[in-house]
Amino acid sequence: MRDDVDQAEVLCDAVRRAAAAGEAVRIVGSGSKSSLTAGAAEASRPARLLSVSEHVGIVDYRPEELVVTARAGTRLKTLESVLAGAGQYLPFEPPRLHGGGTVGGAVACGLSGPGRPWRGAVRDAVLGVELVNGRGERLRFGGQVMKNVAGYDLSRLQAGAFGTFGLMLAVSLKVLPVPETEQGRVLALPPADALARCRAWSRRPLPISGLCWADGLLHVRLSGAASAVAAAAGEIGGDDEPDPRFWTGLRDLRLPQLAGPGLWRCVLPPAAPEPLDECLVNWGGAERWWRPRADDARVRAALAAAGGHGRPFDGSFGHRGAGTLAPLERRVSERLRAAFDPERRFNPELTARPEETHAH
Amino acid sequence: MTADPADNRRRRRVESLLRRALPPSSLITDPRARKTFETDGLTAIRELPWLVALPETEAQVLEVLRICRAHDVPVVPRGAGTGLSGGARPSADGLVLGLSKMAEIVEVDLDNLVARVQPGVRNLAISEAVAEHGLYYAPDPSSQIACSIGGNVAENSGGVHCLKYGLTVHNVVGVRLATVDGEVLELGGKVPEGPGYDLLALVMGSEGMLGVVTEVTVRLLPSPPEKRVLLAPFADVGAAADAVGAIIAEGIVPAGLEMMDAPAIRAAEAFVHAGYPSDAAAILLCELDGVAGEVAADLARVTRVLDAHGAGDIRVAESPEDQARLWLGRKAAFPAVGRIAPDYYCMDGTIPRAHLADVLERIGRLAEAHGLAVANVFHAGDGNLHPLILYDANHPGQLEQAEALGARILELCVAVGGTVTGEHGVGVEKLDTMCHQFDAATLAQMHAVKAAFDPDGLLNPGKAVPELARCAELGGMHVHGGRLPFPHLPRF
Repeated sequence: MRDDVDQAEVLCDAVRRAAAAGEAVRIVGSGSKSSLTAGAAEASRPARLLSVSEHVGIVDYRPEELVVTARAGTRLKTLESVLAGAGQYLPFEPPRLHGGGTVGGAVACGLSGPGRPWRGAVRDAVLGVELVNGRGERLRFGGQVMKNVAGYDLSRLQAGAFGTFGLMLAVSLKVLPVPETEQGRVLALPPADALARCRAWSRRPLPISGLCWADGLLHVRLSGAASAVAAAAGEIGGDDEPDPRFWTGLRDLRLPQLAGPGLWRCVLPPAAPEPLDECLVNWGGAERWWRPRADDARVRAALAAAGGHGRPFDGSFGHRGAGTLAPLERRVSERLRAAFDPERRFNPELTARPEETHAH
Repeated sequence: MTADPADNRRRRRVESLLRRALPPSSLITDPRARKTFETDGLTAIRELPWLVALPETEAQVLEVLRICRAHDVPVVPRGAGTGLSGGARPSADGLVLGLSKMAEIVEVDLDNLVARVQPGVRNLAISEAVAEHGLYYAPDPSSQIACSIGGNVAENSGGVHCLKYGLTVHNVVGVRLATVDGEVLELGGKVPEGPGYDLLALVMGSEGMLGVVTEVTVRLLPSPPEKRVLLAPFADVGAAADAVGAIIAEGIVPAGLEMMDAPAIRAAEAFVHAGYPSDAAAILLCELDGVAGEVAADLARVTRVLDAHGAGDIRVAESPEDQARLWLGRKAAFPAVGRIAPDYYCMDGTIPRAHLADVLERIGRLAEAHGLAVANVFHAGDGNLHPLILYDANHPGQLEQAEALGARILELCVAVGGTVTGEHGVGVEKLDTMCHQFDAATLAQMHAVKAAFDPDGLLNPGKAVPELARCAELGGMHVHGGRLPFPHLPRF
């Protein structure tokens, strides 16, 4: 595969042709996360597949700016190896599902890695987006600088929107220097005690970049200057992380605890005491991968009672928010989507279930 | 009052409904009392609002909005009124919705490390309230003593520590937003992300155009135990600018990295005697924070980079008192410049750091060509420039020259890949320069987004995003190479 191909005009034309023909458009990148929208594809009306996977290349990268601009189809692997060459990385650590993934897909799906509470989410790193909207117009939001309050921030809005506002052509992302040292610790603790430790450490200025409890072990990742990491490791105690691939396994959702059916991804106030059983607890408590033994309605009620929300991490994941949004937020979201894509052309089945859409 | 009897009836009706909805002290109709609200931090622009409402509760905010919506009354939300771009300029036929009476810290949640506060709470008051727990709220706009958190959300405010700790958007996790229809949209909360679109990110910096903030949940951070501030003088502006990029390229993200040029240094020194080297062409102020070993290591590396770029004698402040003294000149720079010229015009463009040296030199040449002086004092680490154009409004022609120079500087920022506003917002001040940064289709998309929240355009009308017709006119003028008149120029 060539690594610098500009297909922007080809993609814009394809969107315009679809618009002229009244067709829907289903956006795909490398297909690494297709399992998150597989359920939606079955339920939707037929749509033309539009792949951005050949639209690749790093358009602009000057390490001292801490910003990189890449075409949407650029592989995460390619981008991250270029960044690593300059001693930098993507602070939101996007998962590489099945080892793949594109820049556009990482932003569209909005999944942030294990360092999210300390290093920020996908949307925190998004500085600018070039997007084709439902009218086939090529638009540029944001820019390549960190401080920019000119106009509405329509760039960060694309993070986690599953391509329902338009087709992203390129994204500018904030990058950071790779920490001097990284060290993993593990402490054998029951889950409630692990949560209590997470709470206590989070209040202290420690160089923590990951806190994950799974199967009786609290995994702690420390990043920063060597002396600071060593001092924190002493304070935290425990043992050296025995599994050198734990943190990348967690990032890429490859851990055995995350395999198999019935898994929910839940987001909670980090200190929420429940749910805890049958959970892998990430982000110091704020992200929990839960395999509940109850029906959906009860699960949603339990999550709401804990002050959070969640949804099954399966083919329905891309329905994002269906069933959990307050009526007002859903109305506003639908109007916002129509402001970009009045004909609901892009990924029409995503973010709200078709039957709910037809009800409007 | 207008002469139209129907309109007079409508106005009396609105007033009487508001009187019923609000406590007596929360509705201001007296012209002299309303005058307080005729301007914000951009004092050149004044407009006496028809009415001012200062609700005490969210329920009152919602009721005011419902009344205004039902009677087509424009609503201009207002925090502390410290904004620098005229974002809170009133409408003559509208209502100013001031949130200053809603100023309570509702909850400090130490387990989840967040604070829920009402929109009128001052930025600094949050950090003060949680200091005893070793925590603070990171964004620190220069007006943090006075500015309100609701206003910070509206402007996506920054400050001197953004480079490391981010803007308001990175530090606010939840907002209650009153819609134009008088309903509450709950966005985020104590969870790091919501279930739907990231409307929270969209609301940040939306200048009160999409809704009215009635509650904000902010993230609290542990205060860094160690801090060092250093001052590095340079004999050459370009060398100082290059050192900025070199520090970042070295893999260091300082808590703050600020630059001042010779006119700014001399003005600050004459004003507050911070001990800055008056013979330097530029100084860099660099703040490093973190845990003990980390700060010492970073300090050594930064010093090495600065030396390699030709810095003179570097001063390192260890004690809080010495650090405060080094910051003093920087923090007093704006008023200091105000002492050396009758008027100044503060710009707010951001550029990629690589262009710093070049852009500063070109600003100097542009200033010369316009017969005016410019003092530069700015957030170098972010590339966020604040050129202060010095002029005398009483001197015929200087005002127009300052306007023209300001426009050229912002065009230059856009030309090198930057933006016309890094942290002050568009408001009414930068509507024209927005036309340079965004094309018509992108601006139209922004208008469509606004309409999704506020179809009749009642919330803060005429701000943030220019009408396309306005840009078309300006575009024509640029083709003819004419000087760009700024209809909304500040005159401070």
